[in-house]
Amino acid sequence: MSGPIHIQPGETFTLNVGPQHPATHGVLRVKMEMDGEYIVKAETVLGYIHRMHELMGENRTYPQVLPNLSRLDYLGAMGYTHGHVLAVERAAGIEVPERAEYVRAIMVELNRVASHLFWFGAFVMDLGGFTPLMYAIEDREYILDMLEAVTGSRLTYCYFRFGGLYNDVDDDFVNAARAFIPRMRKSLKKYDALVTGNVILQQRLRDIGPISANMCRRYGATGPVARGSGIDFDVRKNEPYSVYPEFDFDVPVYHECDSLARYKVRMDEMEQSLRIIEQGLDKLPEGPIMPKKKPKIIKPPAGDYYQAVETARGSFGIRIVSDGGKNAYRFKLRSPTYSNMHLFDEACEGMMIMDALALMGSLDLVIPEIDR
Amino acid sequence: MSLTLLNVIIAVVCAIGFAAINAAYLVWAERRGAGRIQRRPGPNVNGPLGLLQPPADGLKLMTKQLIIPGGADKALFMVAPVLAMVPAIMSFVTIPFSPLIVANSMNIGVLMIFAFASLGGMSILLAGWGSRNKYGVMASVRAVSQAISYEVPMLITVITIVMMTGTMDLKEIVNAQAGGIWNWNLFPVHLKDDFVLQPLMPISFLIFFICSLAETNRAPFDLGEAESELVAGFHTEYGSMGFGLFFMGEYANIVIGASLTVILFLGGWHCPLGLLPGNVGFFLIKVYMLIFTFIWIRWTFPRTTIYGLLNLSWKILIPISLFNLLLQAGLLKVF
Repeated sequence: MSGPIHIQPGETFTLNVGPQHPATHGVLRVKMEMDGEYIVKAETVLGYIHRMHELMGENRTYPQVLPNLSRLDYLGAMGYTHGHVLAVERAAGIEVPERAEYVRAIMVELNRVASHLFWFGAFVMDLGGFTPLMYAIEDREYILDMLEAVTGSRLTYCYFRFGGLYNDVDDDFVNAARAFIPRMRKSLKKYDALVTGNVILQQRLRDIGPISANMCRRYGATGPVARGSGIDFDVRKNEPYSVYPEFDFDVPVYHECDSLARYKVRMDEMEQSLRIIEQGLDKLPEGPIMPKKKPKIIKPPAGDYYQAVETARGSFGIRIVSDGGKNAYRFKLRSPTYSNMHLFDEACEGMMIMDALALMGSLDLVIPEIDR
Repeated sequence: MSLTLLNVIIAVVCAIGFAAINAAYLVWAERRGAGRIQRRPGPNVNGPLGLLQPPADGLKLMTKQLIIPGGADKALFMVAPVLAMVPAIMSFVTIPFSPLIVANSMNIGVLMIFAFASLGGMSILLAGWGSRNKYGVMASVRAVSQAISYEVPMLITVITIVMMTGTMDLKEIVNAQAGGIWNWNLFPVHLKDDFVLQPLMPISFLIFFICSLAETNRAPFDLGEAESELVAGFHTEYGSMGFGLFFMGEYANIVIGASLTVILFLGGWHCPLGLLPGNVGFFLIKVYMLIFTFIWIRWTFPRTTIYGLLNLSWKILIPISLFNLLLQAGLLKVF
């Protein structure tokens, strides 16, 4: 580290963004070849937080693996455990009582709103506006308190069980959730006025970071990233699971393909999640939360099972290959941000670094979920 | 002779004291203000209302080790933070707080302040270059291009004012605005004997205000220390008092920027309605109201892009301020 640096005109230099960098929100490393402020080539480097969740899924019994699933995405953990219980229930043929299904949907949607809220705050912070984060966290806090009262944890929930739930919701929860909906709608209006309408924000996001629908298909991008590029795909609508067919909700799709479109998709999704929660609370039936008949040891018959769910970040798939034993023979997770992130290398070429990091923020990356 | 020397010493000590106290307590004010805006208390543990937080922070920074990164240009690395603070303090010398409280009222006060303000850009350049950090170099390149492009509209606006008042002496500029709010340079109507109607002055004020935001590297123009992409920008490698001086320099520059805006546009020490004789209180009230606006803006808006920033300066602010200059020249010729 001594001696002068000689950079010739036209020569590029390598900039390591990460693994410790404020913009990567975790231990993602991006090797950027820079020409001044412009990115010539970028390469995302993974593996800094790899924990072998898939192998753990093969070494443990199905219930033992359940808590692992909520360690993938610490912001929207409910959706991931939902995927796992649905997959195992499908494999083992376990019936789920209706009340449990409704509670699950409500919980997943609440968690989705919490996750999007945090993304919103962190994204605007990436753009240099610090205050919306505090407002978003205040609203998110309300959700986390509600979920904590029922599930016992604030981030890494292990609330769903094969066949039902760990704990029934009480009147307090229902009342709190009902009170939350108008409050959140008011907040969304506030965010719209404070942030979405801001000239600087519009200037920074409009026509920046184009990701075409074709590119989304090539990389397998899903969720808000794909819906911001005009792909009308939502697992809840296209391959309905649980009680989602019972709900009346829209899938927000924007065709602009820029960062602003992805931003708007998520903001609209919060509103749609509130609609689902509202209907779920209205329709919430009485009854048990666990099935009467349930095998003590879960041993799905030999076969190949797949279940996809729509999490806050996109479609999350679980493939379980069973040989009839207590453990899965093969346990494969298809995590949405893994595909979404790989877009970045191609999409950011030729962009300026600040636009590229805005694009990265709009992908909503959660690194433990990419690395698993 | 000894009396003038004494005067100089008193002036310098007062300027340093004022700059240091302002810098320290504006940090506190900013953090409290940000807290209010973000619905949290802000620093409130050390002393009443957290008022002992700045001395505690200062003590912490002073007792820390100053680490010079390997491969850094030692001389430039050490000079840069000093260079950030010195021009800011020097500028206080010529700022008239009231008819009596001014260290050295020069007839080229405006020129001197801008000469020192340009040195501030130098410190950022040296800091980024000297610390041998890629983020630092990128940030300093940004900051320098920003400083250059915002000095131009700022100076053109000041030239308009100088043409209006016919002097570069800050004291005279303030005196020309005596009498009440309608005599301020901010407003188009001048009810003096030489009746001048300048319709574009509010826009000039806006241009000047935006430029002083950009000159002091404040959000939404804080591209030099864009923490979400350049980690901490030009002061990434600075710890201890090196960082402290940059930090204090920033706040001292804010005070200078606000004071200059008050002097040039908002009637300096004069009472808004002309009811009371002008004194330093009015000056400080106006300055701190402007500084509060600085803080308010910082915690409301996201950051602009570097090209958005340059476009704003070269495509919007400079043409408008040039047009305003032309208009003022025409008015002077006609009346």
